Amino acid sequence: MITDTLTRPSADAKPTLVALEGVHKTFANGTVALADLNLAIGQHAFVSLLGPSGCGKSTALRIIARLASANAGRIAWSGAVEVGDIGFVFQEPTLMPWATVFDNVYLPLRLQRQSRRAVAGRVEEALDLVGLGDFAHAYPRELSGGMKMRVSIARALVTEPKVLLMDEPFAALDEITRFKLNNDLLNLWVDRRFTVVFVTHSVFESVYLSERILVMAARPGRIVEEIAVDAPYPRDDAFRTSEPYNAWCREASLALKRAMGEV
Amino acid sequence: MRAALPRTELMAPEGLDGAAMALAHERQVRRERWLRWGAPLLIAVLALGVWELVVWWNQIPHYILPGPSLVLESLVEDWGTLSASLLITVQITFLALAIAIVGGVGLAVLFSLSRWVELSLFPFAVVLQVTPIVAIAPLILIYVDSTYAALLICAWIVAFFPILSNTTLGLNSADHNLRNLFELYGADRFQTMRHLRLPAAMPYFLGGLKIAGGLALIGAIVAEFAAGSAGAGSGLAYRILEAGYRLNIPRMFAALLLISLTGIAIFLTFTLLSHLLLRKWHESALEREN
Repeated sequence: MITDTLTRPSADAKPTLVALEGVHKTFANGTVALADLNLAIGQHAFVSLLGPSGCGKSTALRIIARLASANAGRIAWSGAVEVGDIGFVFQEPTLMPWATVFDNVYLPLRLQRQSRRAVAGRVEEALDLVGLGDFAHAYPRELSGGMKMRVSIARALVTEPKVLLMDEPFAALDEITRFKLNNDLLNLWVDRRFTVVFVTHSVFESVYLSERILVMAARPGRIVEEIAVDAPYPRDDAFRTSEPYNAWCREASLALKRAMGEV
Repeated sequence: MRAALPRTELMAPEGLDGAAMALAHERQVRRERWLRWGAPLLIAVLALGVWELVVWWNQIPHYILPGPSLVLESLVEDWGTLSASLLITVQITFLALAIAIVGGVGLAVLFSLSRWVELSLFPFAVVLQVTPIVAIAPLILIYVDSTYAALLICAWIVAFFPILSNTTLGLNSADHNLRNLFELYGADRFQTMRHLRLPAAMPYFLGGLKIAGGLALIGAIVAEFAAGSAGAGSGLAYRILEAGYRLNIPRMFAALLLISLTGIAIFLTFTLLSHLLLRKWHESALEREN
């Protein structure tokens, strides 16, 4: 168990943005989703939560987003958190099919009662950021799965959030599209320096993307290991075929096996 | 905001035999159009021809079974009376439908905002729906002074329920992740209603409207029958009753024809409306290649 060391800052650690301390979550049906979960996410960090399905990684993400409440424990933010400081990307693109790409991305600002005219520039900027500047007037059904996911990311970024919470965002995409979106997400992160908490069950994805991998075990959900991926950014396809990458993948997959009690 | 990402390609290049494929496609479309319009029309013309022939061959008297030509003649001759009646029936139908839309959607919104209201009122809406309108109409005619108002109430009762139940279903079927998203951005109940639940309910509402349109017409006609000759009614059903007493069978058929045509027109109108409102985004209105 190393959970007690997670909140202790190491030499090169970033100042904490948000920390979960002793978080418990039990569902109405009695399932213990999370038991004594401790984790700290540094500012501008890219952290992955890696674990088998049912280990509570999505629940942890939803608790950070305040979409679910914890039964016990504390969620500590450094500084005030306002609406728009948290961006969320679901596994599905979760777009409104009746609204254009523009209106979908405009939604978070509209809900903050910002007029369309006042923020049109910001919406277009967010669309340019994900390479969909020319598709503002398209409807979601006209887009491919990867493009829909880009709209979803643009929508999450339009409020310029402090933290981007991503719940297996690329799991439903084909591998080619997934690799491409991995790269695009990393470029955005390197460029914009928001914080990312990335939930995944893919060892390869977590190693490729993150600085730090928190490995979770199920029943009850908790963090059992932490892996630091010290490869420099920007990372590209050369990294994907490098020896260190393979070593980290081996390490992460062994950790996952231990978490699942298979070793 | 510098890191603009390369855009994915949308279109596949056109094949070499694109022209041939387009031609084949056009032929397919023409065939489809013929099947949809031409075939039913041909059957109708054949049936009418056989009807006319049978009446003429057997010399059936017109007070038993008039031929289609006589029905048409009667329609033209009595157009003054019939069109006035048609106007009244259509008026009652659409007025009842309008009230049903306002009431049905309004109540559905109220239901979805307050579980308390839904649980206490929904059973009564069901009671209204399951009681046959023919059975209630005479009572309504007794207690409501104005026959016009009584007819309106009857048509409203049958049109109201499909709109209420469909819209309620639609309001509750907004994607739960989208709901979470609205919650994340601090949307209040009215914003969620306006930007999420009402648009999500649109296809359901339009489905209900298609049913309610036809039912409102049926409700109006049934109520007129119940009112009978006692009412000051001069709608199409009243004309059918009146013509029946006078053994003016061609006129009965002519009035019946007008009722059917009205029903078809209502259905087509709402089908078109539904298509226009949904064609940009909803599965039901999308045109597919295969």
